[in-house]
Amino acid sequence: MAEPTTDQTRQHSTGIRPLYFALLVGGVCLLFVLNLALGSVDIPIESIVQILLGGEVNDVAWQQIIINIRIPRAVTAILAGSALSVGGLQMQTLFRNPLAGPSVLGITAGASLGVAIVMLAAGTITSIFAIQQLSALGSWFIVIAASIGSAAVLLLILLISIKVRDNVTLLIIGLMVGNITIAMVSIWQYFSQPEQIQDYLIWTFGSLGGVPLNQLWILAVVALLGGGIALVLSKPLNGLLLGENYARSMGLSVMSTRIWIIVSTSLLAGGITAFCGPIGFVGIAVPHLTRSLLGTNDHRVLIPGTLLMGAILLLACDIIAQVPGSTTTLPISAVTSMIGSPVVIWVIIQRKNLQASF
Amino acid sequence: MEPAQQIISTLDLTIGFPARGAMSQPTVVASDINVALNRGEIVCLLGPNGSGKSTLIRTLTGLHAPLDGDIELEGESLGRFSNKEIAKKISTVLTDRLTIGNLSVYELVSFGRSPYTGWFGSLTEQDQEIVDWAISSTGIERFVDRDVLRLSDGERQKVMIARALAQNTSAILLDEPTAHLDLPNRVEIIRLLRELAHDTQKGILLSTHELDLALKAADTLWLINREGNVITGTPEDLVLDGTFEAVFERDSFDFDRSTGSFRLHHPAKQPIYLTGDTVGVFWTRRALEREGHRVTESNGTDLQIKVRADQNKFSWLVSNGSDRFKCTSIQELVEKLRQKV
Repeated sequence: MAEPTTDQTRQHSTGIRPLYFALLVGGVCLLFVLNLALGSVDIPIESIVQILLGGEVNDVAWQQIIINIRIPRAVTAILAGSALSVGGLQMQTLFRNPLAGPSVLGITAGASLGVAIVMLAAGTITSIFAIQQLSALGSWFIVIAASIGSAAVLLLILLISIKVRDNVTLLIIGLMVGNITIAMVSIWQYFSQPEQIQDYLIWTFGSLGGVPLNQLWILAVVALLGGGIALVLSKPLNGLLLGENYARSMGLSVMSTRIWIIVSTSLLAGGITAFCGPIGFVGIAVPHLTRSLLGTNDHRVLIPGTLLMGAILLLACDIIAQVPGSTTTLPISAVTSMIGSPVVIWVIIQRKNLQASF
Repeated sequence: MEPAQQIISTLDLTIGFPARGAMSQPTVVASDINVALNRGEIVCLLGPNGSGKSTLIRTLTGLHAPLDGDIELEGESLGRFSNKEIAKKISTVLTDRLTIGNLSVYELVSFGRSPYTGWFGSLTEQDQEIVDWAISSTGIERFVDRDVLRLSDGERQKVMIARALAQNTSAILLDEPTAHLDLPNRVEIIRLLRELAHDTQKGILLSTHELDLALKAADTLWLINREGNVITGTPEDLVLDGTFEAVFERDSFDFDRSTGSFRLHHPAKQPIYLTGDTVGVFWTRRALEREGHRVTESNGTDLQIKVRADQNKFSWLVSNGSDRFKCTSIQELVEKLRQKV
């Protein structure tokens, strides 16, 4: 008599939900191609598929546009969407707070500070683009500065979190730390030359198009490294769901888990912010969307799901940002916030309360 | 029965909180604790509020550092074990609230296999069997697929116990597992823990406020008194030698050794000699004590009541010196006593 129930539970509770994953992968592929197809120059889908499959197309310009502009842009969208989402997921689990995320806790602001310091203090090398044009080394420099900036903020919040057990208090402190960081950047701006500020301001709007093909691998390495660490952390992250005491009582090392979560999140949020500017809201919204789609908090399922969902959301936002049929492009961070906020509101209302969707 | 075997034992253990600054002193909660938790035994940890029950449990599980003294786990110092090794020997159910949803009961219980699974936490065939066993021995099969957020307090507590069982440890330490539960659930949880202790030869320690339940269920009691000492013994011995009473002594709070329960009221009124039908006497005694009478078993008081039972019809014959009257309900009895005595 016990047999059928146990079989059922195994299927229900620990399956990897192949249907949903097929849907998510399909969604990423579809939006990827759609993203490539849309832009100021009309290129038919057949030609895009042909180029993607390595075939030759009559129009050389098309090939150039696809390979040098649109593919790096779409790949950046996938990497940035996945990375920020998994960063947000880890924050939410670490702080056990459904409102946590890289942008809320000032981690993105920390990355901005790092970048601002490099950009505004560099003197002769005034522009992030100038630094990027120099070499891959320059890009690494900014990635490291941004990661250090975000790690510094995250460490500060973590130190406070040892003293402050209450998550809401901690979140408010995180917001304040973010504000202080932003204030520091703005003081820096105040004393800087207008040309320097302009570059920085453009960077803060966020852009997925700023990563040249020959530096895309740096972004990919950073994202894969951060994502890989997150995936390895699946089990301790699951333990943290029950709180630190339970995690420890089940044999998990909470301190080293915390440190690795910081490393992973700083890399992810810092790396993406360095290349694309601060892109808000993806980090908060996507984990919630994924949880309510997959109906689980098991990180072994949730992390891959979040990676895919993040890619889908940012690809979709980028399509909207490019305003299909026009030559204008909207700042990506504005679009993600405009799409992300209603999505979160919808999830909360649908689930009656945020705790239930967490 | 096989010989008692100590799972956890302490040697002059002092628990509390370390000094916060160079100038301040550490806060000692309880000191010179020498206790042992044996296989197949259920131990209830009792003490007034703030006496350090939670601190002791957290210290014994290694979640909290002791101030002084030693804890031994199966004969070896606890400090020598890694987190993971401890987790294979001691599991715990804490008072920490679960705040997450989107997690099925099965998933939660399977987290208990953490100390045994690999880096990714995948369950082997054997792990699954143990999880299934934990689920069936706690009787939670019915809602194994339900979201943990949609459990009642009693169900959630059983699920947390199942998770501790899945950890397959020799000892389970529970911090107030019956708090926030109604009486049937409390009894059920305690009964479950008793069965587990005796059937699986695990050592089970639970802290509780339920003195009645602890007296009935525990093989051994650990009492923390106000001076921060831990006294251990069989419940009945501790009651008979007055230790139990002393620990919970308070001005408006009396432990009645003859009934094993607490009196809510000071006996201020005339003593009453009560005899008659056993069941009738039991309930009459309650009413009389609530009214502030002292009920004695020795003849010689002025006021005497005899309870008569005719099937389910009860009657009370009251004699107060020369005055005699008969009552047919406790209500009538109480009212007449109020008027006349």
